[in-house]
Amino acid sequence: MAKELIRLSGLTMTFEDGETVLNGINLYINDQEFLTLLGPSGCGKTTTLRIIGGFLTPTAGDVLFDGQRINDVPPHRRKINTVFQRYALFPHLDVYDNVAFGLRLAKLDENEVDRRVTEMLEIVSLRGFENRKVTALSGGQQQRVAIARALVNRPKVLLLDEPLGALDLRLRKDMQNELKRIQQAMGITFIYVTHDQEEALSMSDTIVVMDKGNIQQIGTPQDIYNEPKNAFVADFIGESNILDGIMRADRLVEFFGRQFACVDAGFAPNEPVDVVIRPEDIDIVPADQGHLCGTVTSVTFKGVHYDVIVDFKGFKWLIQTTDFQPVGSRIGICLNPEDIHVMHKSEYSGQFGDYSSYSAEYDEIAEGGDDEE
Amino acid sequence: MRRFTKIFTVLVFIFLYIPMILLVVSSFNRGSDMAVWQGFTFSQYGELFRDDSLLRLLGNSVLVAVLSSLAATVLGTAAALGIHNMRGRMRRLVMQVTNIPMTNPEIVTGVSLALLFAFVGTVLKIHSILGFWTLLIAHITFNLPYVILSVMPKLSQMDPDLAEAALDLGCTPFQAFTKVVLHEILPGVVSGALMAFTMSLDDFVISYFVTGSTFVTLPVEIYNYTKKPIQPKIYALFTLMFAVILLLMVVMNLLQARDSKARRARTRLNQRREPSP
Repeated sequence: MAKELIRLSGLTMTFEDGETVLNGINLYINDQEFLTLLGPSGCGKTTTLRIIGGFLTPTAGDVLFDGQRINDVPPHRRKINTVFQRYALFPHLDVYDNVAFGLRLAKLDENEVDRRVTEMLEIVSLRGFENRKVTALSGGQQQRVAIARALVNRPKVLLLDEPLGALDLRLRKDMQNELKRIQQAMGITFIYVTHDQEEALSMSDTIVVMDKGNIQQIGTPQDIYNEPKNAFVADFIGESNILDGIMRADRLVEFFGRQFACVDAGFAPNEPVDVVIRPEDIDIVPADQGHLCGTVTSVTFKGVHYDVIVDFKGFKWLIQTTDFQPVGSRIGICLNPEDIHVMHKSEYSGQFGDYSSYSAEYDEIAEGGDDEE
Repeated sequence: MRRFTKIFTVLVFIFLYIPMILLVVSSFNRGSDMAVWQGFTFSQYGELFRDDSLLRLLGNSVLVAVLSSLAATVLGTAAALGIHNMRGRMRRLVMQVTNIPMTNPEIVTGVSLALLFAFVGTVLKIHSILGFWTLLIAHITFNLPYVILSVMPKLSQMDPDLAEAALDLGCTPFQAFTKVVLHEILPGVVSGALMAFTMSLDDFVISYFVTGSTFVTLPVEIYNYTKKPIQPKIYALFTLMFAVILLLMVVMNLLQARDSKARRARTRLNQRREPSP
């Protein structure tokens, strides 16, 4: 499992118009790993994928596959296949011929082609659709043809570029499970590109968070969520209240003029830091019993919980709670040491984590779902 | 108002097609006088097919049209692929340069090509260079923009991922073209070839300047006929040519109709694929 398969070293990509989309990224990908490149539009994740696929040649840096430098190997000679964002099925061929395309190019015996295509269509639950025109299929079915067409070649690595982006929510959930199942069953390395953090968290072994052509953090979904490295990661993955604080000592951080016990250590004495507090970790208590005391300014019903915006001395926090708190009420909050996560200051400090413009930001997140790079 | 437009449309059609109808009718007229109908006959056609020199000229025209349209289709499709892969200003510039020969007066194109050939002839010390090859080169030249113009839109409509998907699945770049891209742009390639064929078949102005006495096409020879009374078998010939061109146009339109129908179906599918709001 832990054998290294792909290594990107110092990968830089500058396009002809002078725009640098990758800034010397370093990354290794293990055999049979499900790795997700996660980030907003324009962060460089698709460019990274296209370089691994062989569709772009990096301006600097190396791509190593099994220890071999493959910068100049054209796509058709790489043991890598791709599932494209809009599937890119061949409209002049039917389902069977689309899936058989790669095998026939490899000049496989037609009996073998038939056996493998049939087996693959079984795996993606498309038996009986062999002679359908691909243009007559639904989005989810086209998606599965695209996956079958790529996987039937038994690649070492499958690249997936936002493959579920065009599907509706329910279908997307089903396909997430399906993809994870196929990946585990076939033991193939998946490199998956998405801007959907939930998708990344639920499917990946490893998440690579990217922004502005740089890798911000690499880690397991739990690491990324619980121990974000900077304000960008904290904000991009889940909801976060991010405050200015000062590290007074190991396991002691000060913010809002008050010192809190925390679990982080290893900072310089009195180092200014960013403090992350996840909205679901905050306990609401009566106003006189809390560490901090604030006024509720807005409540939104979300089904499982309420999103409550609370004003603490002008800084607005998002708190998620199952107990209804009326607007205008004074509440107190209690913070346990493990609820507080301390990060070094970064270029992103001060840009995220304040919920003053809460509703606007929420709309943006909701709309951000269908953009492309 | 509506009645007026109706009458107007009818008038336009009359003016457009009366000459054609006259020509077709004349080709079946027993007499040689166009103004007097002397009975129906196929004899003009019989005479046409007995006239070896006329048939040879027609053969020349068809030969040049077939060869030049084929060459222009291959070269033009390759050029369109190249232009398609260019970016921004360079692409616009090249497209402009490509379009100029189409809007350029034919006589200018003809004379300038003749000058070029004369120059090359002088340099290579070939005494009478004008003939089949110069004619063919000239026809390929003026056919190229029509092919490029009809292939380009098909390339733009194509999903750019298709070619990459082909490469990804193991195609060499050339295989990606023949196995995938060509299928996508085929309607454009075919209509470009047909257009080139018809342009070449009936070209007179440019041909007149770039061919010598060794190789004459039908339109050039017919120009010489106009100095004396036209023989009725020429009407028969024109009628046949008109019929062939008409057939080609119908085929082209059917192809385009089928293509746009397929595209509409695909668009519908894409709309269905959008997540419901």
